[in-house]
Amino acid sequence: MSEQIREYELGMHPELPPPNRQSGLVKWVMDNLFPSVGSGIITVICLIFLYYVIPPLFNWAFWDSVVFNATSREECYAINDGKGACWAFIYRRWDQFVYGFYPEAERWRVNISFILLAMTLVIVLAEKVRKVKGIMWLVLILPIICAILIPGSELLGLTPVPTNKFGGFMLTLIIGMTGIFVSLPIGIGLALARISSLPIFSVFATLFIEFIRGVPLITLLFIASTLLSYFLPPGTNFDLLVRVLIMVTIFSAAYLAEVIRGGLAAIPRGQYEAADALGLSYWKSMRLVILPQALKISIPGIVSSFIGLFKDTTLVVIIGLLDPLGIGAAAIADIKWTALGYELYVFIAVFFFICCFGMSRYSLYLERKLHTGH
Amino acid sequence: MKKLLPLALGIAALATGSIASAGTLDDVRSNDVLKCGVSTGLAGFATPDDTGEWQGLDVDTCRAIAAAVLGDAKKVEFVPLTSKVRFEVLKSGEIDVLSRVTTWTLTRDVGLGLNFAGVNYYDGQGFMVSKDLGVSSAKELDGASVCVQTGTTTELNLSEYFRLNGMTYEPVPVETSTEGRAAYSAGRCDVYTTDASALAAQRTGLTNPGNYVILPEIISKEPLGPVVRHGDDQWFDIVKWSHNAMLNAEELGVTAANAVERSKDANNPAVQKLLGTADAGLGKQLGLSEDWALNIITQVGNYGESFERNVGVKTPLGLERGMNGLWNDGKTGIQYAPPIK
Repeated sequence: MSEQIREYELGMHPELPPPNRQSGLVKWVMDNLFPSVGSGIITVICLIFLYYVIPPLFNWAFWDSVVFNATSREECYAINDGKGACWAFIYRRWDQFVYGFYPEAERWRVNISFILLAMTLVIVLAEKVRKVKGIMWLVLILPIICAILIPGSELLGLTPVPTNKFGGFMLTLIIGMTGIFVSLPIGIGLALARISSLPIFSVFATLFIEFIRGVPLITLLFIASTLLSYFLPPGTNFDLLVRVLIMVTIFSAAYLAEVIRGGLAAIPRGQYEAADALGLSYWKSMRLVILPQALKISIPGIVSSFIGLFKDTTLVVIIGLLDPLGIGAAAIADIKWTALGYELYVFIAVFFFICCFGMSRYSLYLERKLHTGH
Repeated sequence: MKKLLPLALGIAALATGSIASAGTLDDVRSNDVLKCGVSTGLAGFATPDDTGEWQGLDVDTCRAIAAAVLGDAKKVEFVPLTSKVRFEVLKSGEIDVLSRVTTWTLTRDVGLGLNFAGVNYYDGQGFMVSKDLGVSSAKELDGASVCVQTGTTTELNLSEYFRLNGMTYEPVPVETSTEGRAAYSAGRCDVYTTDASALAAQRTGLTNPGNYVILPEIISKEPLGPVVRHGDDQWFDIVKWSHNAMLNAEELGVTAANAVERSKDANNPAVQKLLGTADAGLGKQLGLSEDWALNIITQVGNYGESFERNVGVKTPLGLERGMNGLWNDGKTGIQYAPPIK
């Protein structure tokens, strides 16, 4: 053995990496997956479960699935032997899933509206854009443009499209977005009215909120679709979609009002008094002092309400409006695509998951950003 | 509520200076479109195809009426309706005709204030079982669990049939046919019951259709047809005779392909009356143009053509004409239309 050559000054030993068991993957696995015997067993069970579930699911949904080259369920199954999903009906009926029965020649109007809607969302959601002066007016104007563009109007030279041609994701977005955009201000108004010291406001707001909250949405939709026509003079043409939009909006507004009232109640009395002491008028004190705090507290509740509302839009299928679920049910009722229920519901679930998960993540981000710390 | 309703109606009518409802025919003409209530999706009867066009036997009935009234079978606005709201929507005047596999019964015809304008499909309730069950007759189904759609006459027929035969069953209520098929293939019930035409459609959707049999017993009469509101006899006549024209055309051998040619055939007065070339003024009596039936036949076809195109043996549904054959086919057909003369 030759004498080792020291490569460092005495006492200046360079730092060694930590031992294998204390770093890297091994440590992570030991800490997170096998910290104790019990956890270790659960980890193993989960791994076995995933091993049996994930590969077949992956094979079904992707590897063995048929998307493009089939025009019926039979053809799908001829290709993949019934082992994989048959997404072909979604591909073949993509236009229906997106636009419903909206006439093909006029679909550019819907596409423009989708773009305008995306712009609105960017303005509302992205902080930097929002700070541009005057841009918030666009938030009011863009949805109005959509509301004119989609149904069309003779005056502007756009062929009117009856609302019963609306369907698919477009319908979901119309109902969901209208509900969300319109119900928030109404909800704030109702919440303020309910805690108002003027009895006329508080009594009416309370009656309204309690009535709407005491009735299931589906009942309101039935009232909109059938009962209302009895009260209107014969011959009046009050559009079904408009009726549904009104019902969905007031339903959502009633729930929001209570969520926001919760936020208002959580603001210490001193804040109200401080605002008064500054000589602020009622509206100014609400706008500058109370509401910013109350709404911040209410964010999780408000977003829950919105997510609930967005998912509730699928209920319209019961009164015969063809949202994606209705379009899909009609598609798999077609003898060519019959019995593709799994594919349909997985597809719809993914769509709703993306939308609702997005909303929920945004609300978390918003909460963190507005958390000014107390 | 009963007292309030007329009051509210009165106030509403006063408030708007009481718009008198014109006849349905005038409404359809002024809208230039027929509003027709159909199923939200039922194989062979009403489903949108891949391009979004509605197809089916019930859809053809709508198209025939549009062809007769407006001269164009495409001028139909299809209003998809669930079984729960269909009558309310019809009675509230939002649709002009309901063509949605609706069974003609006394309660509906009289109690609900509706008029059934004919029968475009004679159906009946049947049972489907798996071959593994080893059952060859519905009488052997004692104690079985039965998948049945709620809110339909099917439910009622089922309980009556089992009671009359001294058998018990366990109902498994399902809301839609999709849910029904899922419940059935998952083994939540031994028996699936619904109208025989729908059973055939359901069977094609099961994993191994050959493994299921439809039992021979048909336990109910389900005459399905187009429905209109009480109180507009002219419109009732138009819907009724639009359907009858399709049946008469088949009986006389008039098809979409040969209708124009046959209309010039001076030797056959029955055909000429049907197609409006006999100068008999039949269209005028209905308040329509003389070529009303010619439009139906050239644009939609006769009843047999419509049947074979949508539900017949060459389609995946594969339904035999059976009771829906013409009365003179020498078999079990009972489709019989009064003559057009």
